[in-house]
Amino acid sequence: MDKKRIWEAVRPYVMILPAMTGIVLFVLYPVAYLIKLSFYKYNLMNKDKSKFIGTDNYTQIFSREDFYTALLNTVVYTIGVVVLTLVLSLIIAVWLNKRKRFNAIVQAGIFTPHIISIVSVALVWMWLMEPNHGLLNFLLKTFGLPGSTWLQNSSTAMISIIIVSVWQNIGYYTLIIVAALQSIPPSIYEAAALDNASKFQVFRKITLPLISPQLFFILIIMTIGSFKVFDTVKIMTGGGPNGATTTLVYYIYEFRTNSIGYASATGVVLMAIIALLTVVYFRVLSKKVHYQ
Amino acid sequence: MASIEFVNVTQSFDKNVIIKDLNLKIEDGKFTVLVGPSGCGKTTLLRMIAGLDPQTSGSVLINGKDVTRIPPGQRGVAMVFQNYAIYPTMSVRENIEFGLKNNKVPKDERKRLVESISETVGLAGYLDRKPSTLSGGQRQRIALARAMVKKPSVFLMDEPLSNLDAKLRVQMRIELIEMHKKLGTTFVYVTHDQVEAMSMADTIVLMNQGQIQQEAAPEVIYRQPNNLFAAQFIGVPPMNIAELGIDNVMFGFRPESGVLSTEPLATHFQVPGTIVTREMLGSETIYQVKSEEQAYMIKCTEDRFVVDQEVYLGVEAGNLFFFGADENRIDREDGRFSSYLEALGGRSKVLVMRGQANG
Ligand SMILES: Nc1ncnc2c1ncn2[C@@H]1O[C@H](COP(=O)(O)OP(=O)(O)OP(=O)(O)O)[C@@H](O)[C@H]1O
Ligand SMILES: [Mg+2]
Repeated sequence: MDKKRIWEAVRPYVMILPAMTGIVLFVLYPVAYLIKLSFYKYNLMNKDKSKFIGTDNYTQIFSREDFYTALLNTVVYTIGVVVLTLVLSLIIAVWLNKRKRFNAIVQAGIFTPHIISIVSVALVWMWLMEPNHGLLNFLLKTFGLPGSTWLQNSSTAMISIIIVSVWQNIGYYTLIIVAALQSIPPSIYEAAALDNASKFQVFRKITLPLISPQLFFILIIMTIGSFKVFDTVKIMTGGGPNGATTTLVYYIYEFRTNSIGYASATGVVLMAIIALLTVVYFRVLSKKVHYQ
Repeated sequence: MASIEFVNVTQSFDKNVIIKDLNLKIEDGKFTVLVGPSGCGKTTLLRMIAGLDPQTSGSVLINGKDVTRIPPGQRGVAMVFQNYAIYPTMSVRENIEFGLKNNKVPKDERKRLVESISETVGLAGYLDRKPSTLSGGQRQRIALARAMVKKPSVFLMDEPLSNLDAKLRVQMRIELIEMHKKLGTTFVYVTHDQVEAMSMADTIVLMNQGQIQQEAAPEVIYRQPNNLFAAQFIGVPPMNIAELGIDNVMFGFRPESGVLSTEPLATHFQVPGTIVTREMLGSETIYQVKSEEQAYMIKCTEDRFVVDQEVYLGVEAGNLFFFGADENRIDREDGRFSSYLEALGGRSKVLVMRGQANG
């Protein structure tokens, strides 16, 4: 009898044990270890020479110019990607939603970039963006516009990377928004038509609020994803030219060999920033999101 | 206030013709009920008035004016949808107010209107709630209030009560009738429930397969149905129909005009039979009587018979209907009427005699 009661109490924990083991091993432990490392001056060659230095790494982070550059780059990148992707996918989705006929074809086409490896995407765009022989400059010149230096110049490199990321993301998010739009019952639009609502009013007062949960989801997912951008930067610019595209994760990556402790501390800071952003989003925006 | 007129209206979706060359005039200020079986085109008709699905050809006139090119919001019509189509992200107040806002009604006027309407429909305490926190009946009232507040000249309602429970439905039915009396505007009300149609309508428009079968007051449709369809659609249980055996003519009578007795009757039509089922509904009882050729439903106010009992079923001459081979009703004034009546009377005598011989 008593045994049975104990089993009753223990059973839930046993049930979640397999999943929890994975989470502890591959999420919690690394995070804890990361935090621990961030308090050390770590020596990769000789572990015994590692030294606990308290918050020195953090002090260093916040006093170094290049950290702020990386942070600013990341913020610029994130805002650029999130705003452009959201606005463009919203426009495309609304447009697609009205045209049921070739909807399927366009959706498939627009989704394709998402299933191609970012390495291929980045390489193709590097060709396109080549200032002398690239297709983009060729096109610009054909239309009589001045060519761009694209990735080669510190003032245009960031926007170039943003363009590539937006291009890769847009199909996926368009698809999510189209799905959200299609779940709105048509009779609501008919009621609005009878209420003499203008197109703009319908969009602002009916469509937007009804897809706000999905937009909110996209906003959070993309902000987090963009803050962690690495692959595009690594392949296309290697953080250059002159550090113009060094984002936080790439910054951490640069310290991977000679100062693990410092890199770890930056990782913790990145984690904190993302957590903070998410909390702020929820605080500020969740009242504007209409869950049904 | 407005009358509505359909002139040679045809509506088709992807080559499927749903309504063909329909002509109909809906009178100003009347409570008109469109009724018919599922899929007969009632909603389609309503949506053409609203302008949500413009007709393929022909014209719809509101107050004598062709509204084909006028967008739904400017036709002066309000519609209560079958599923209510309430804006889920807006509060009750915003739902009611939305149309007024779009029509640029000033703010304090809006506030006054919303408050008085919500008082009328009994939503006064709920103005700042979200529709998702309200019951089905309350949501239905939002839909009504949203339509009423615009002071439309035409009120369109598409089965607004079909989602409510039986009790609330009866209550709302009365409220709608009262509302119509108070507002005096043109109501066009769609239902497939003939009880609703009978109890609410000034005029019933009975439809089947995109065609109007009869357009008349409830009592006229009940007493003088145009054709077999109208006879069998209105009334519960529907009119009993049987073959007369001459010229493919059918005869019929309402279940409530049948008389049952254990002795032969003196009625014009009668037939011996056996009671096969008995449904006791409280104030009345419905028997199914099976004769040699056919089963008849009979509604009695008294509950005197039991299943398997042998009875005589009789109907007075005044309660008999005849329908020609084209399914249209043969009028009493029609020359053929009396000969068919006579034929039926003769047949009854034979049947009764045979029944007595057997029994
Ligand atoms: N948008 C549409 N596209 C194609 N066919 C349609 C469309 N709307 C209605 N129909 C067809 O028109 C016919 C009439 O439909 P309608 O909705 O008017 O029926 P109803 O009388 O309102 O039926 P119910 O009582 O079930 O609501 C149906 O056969 C339906 O399939
Ligand atoms: Mg319908």
